[in-house]
Amino acid sequence: MQRAVLPVLGALCLFLLPHPGETAAITTLKSLKLDVPASDAMFPAGPGSDAMNNNCLACHSADHVLNQPSLSREAWQEVVNKMITAYKAPIGPDDVKAIVDYLVRTKGTS
Amino acid sequence: MQDNDVRPRGLTRRRVLGGMGIASLALMSSRASAQQTVDLHVPGGPSTRTITTSYPQKGRMILQRSSPPWLETPFEVFDKGVFTPNDQHYVSWHWANFPGDIDVDSYRLTVRGQVNQTLSLSLKDILQGLPRVDIAAVNQCAGASRLYAEPRVAGAQWANGSMSNAIWTGVRLKDVLDRAGVKAGAIQVRFGGLDEPVMDGAPKFLKSLTIDHARDGEVMIAFGMNDEQLPLLNGFPLRLVVPGWCGVYWIKMLNDIEVLDHPDTNYWTATGYRVPDTPHNTVKPGETGFKMVPVTRNAPRSFITNIRNGDSVPAGTPASARGIAFGGDCGVARVDLSIDGGKSWRPTQLGIDQGTYSFRQWQTQFTLPARGAQTLMVRCTNTRNEAQPDFRIWNPAGYMFNTIKTTNVVAA
Repeated sequence: MQRAVLPVLGALCLFLLPHPGETAAITTLKSLKLDVPASDAMFPAGPGSDAMNNNCLACHSADHVLNQPSLSREAWQEVVNKMITAYKAPIGPDDVKAIVDYLVRTKGTS
Repeated sequence: MQDNDVRPRGLTRRRVLGGMGIASLALMSSRASAQQTVDLHVPGGPSTRTITTSYPQKGRMILQRSSPPWLETPFEVFDKGVFTPNDQHYVSWHWANFPGDIDVDSYRLTVRGQVNQTLSLSLKDILQGLPRVDIAAVNQCAGASRLYAEPRVAGAQWANGSMSNAIWTGVRLKDVLDRAGVKAGAIQVRFGGLDEPVMDGAPKFLKSLTIDHARDGEVMIAFGMNDEQLPLLNGFPLRLVVPGWCGVYWIKMLNDIEVLDHPDTNYWTATGYRVPDTPHNTVKPGETGFKMVPVTRNAPRSFITNIRNGDSVPAGTPASARGIAFGGDCGVARVDLSIDGGKSWRPTQLGIDQGTYSFRQWQTQFTLPARGAQTLMVRCTNTRNEAQPDFRIWNPAGYMFNTIKTTNVVAA
């Protein structure tokens, strides 16, 4: 991306630094009732995607995984182990293998 | 810590924000128009992210994860000034199970454990029954800039926008603990919020501080953020603020304070959020045999905010650079700029000091001597004389990255 830097604007902005000013002190808080978006996106279909969808999406959305970098099989195995031991994901041994294979196939380093 | 005196007198918030808008809008207009994705420009994995505006009380944010939300502050926001607007303050949750519905009349904060008297404080008790304090402080995730780890590591793939600065208004944790009466033998204080794990047996998100830290008079329970109540996703109605320390300690939707007479053994305090106990918490990939310690304080950082990678800068004529810096858990002593790849450094002018733990703006003029590819670098040195390192910090979990930021430009 190429973008010309405007030298003049820099000086201008420094004089316009925002300082939160005097405002009425907070005296009460207002109750909130808000909807926090969830995601129903599934993992891209392929070998192991059922295991991914069945085991991973209870705690986090698919984009958590899809935004991860490419990692080695050892690193993915370690991630899945952490989900089981630290965060108590109830993943059976067959699904562990399917999940690690899926991750290596779609987001591996080789 | 400053008591109600971090705000310059005689200047209204509205007026300043209005003025700020004009300059920054002009600067952003070419980039911000109807953009639906942002390219974070990293190798080794997905580089683009969606821009979302669909989270309540939040404006344009970089969507790092839908649920539980990881929403990153778009970097151009940091060029607008030192305080991050509430609707673009970054968001990070560990568990998806937290309420969207908070009733201020029935909300209670419990103080229990090794205290003379268990407390159940209403929000009215906290807003009206205790001395108020204000403090400007940067909230930064320990995993900030994990995206730039080489080799890449698993975790939230934050670029540089999992940090935000606000003026927090609230009450001292010390005053609340004193009201309960801490018993002799107390050694730690553990904090919990309304967020709950999804899976049975999974560890509730809790963090602890030593009793001395908890009573230092700076750690506070905030109900205000830049003169407004906190957005839900930033922890409404109460959030622990631990000035100078990583955001993981800043428990959101705080409703439980437990004074302990034994070391906290919960996962998040005793096992999670660990870094090598080495200088700058850095090791070589594959290296073993080092001790692991918890992440605690922030480290100094600085950024150029008005020039981005790939920008064109005029050669042979003065140009302006400006940006933000913070010292970590102490103030900013100096910010230096290099235009020759780190061979030589020149001081910049620091902007108004908003407090030890705040972002501080810096600016300077520079002239690139020749046309072609050039490298700008900016380095913060804090008041403890700790400077950002010029080598790339790496550790297995990608925490505490504060390597000097390099911006590649084309002099034309």
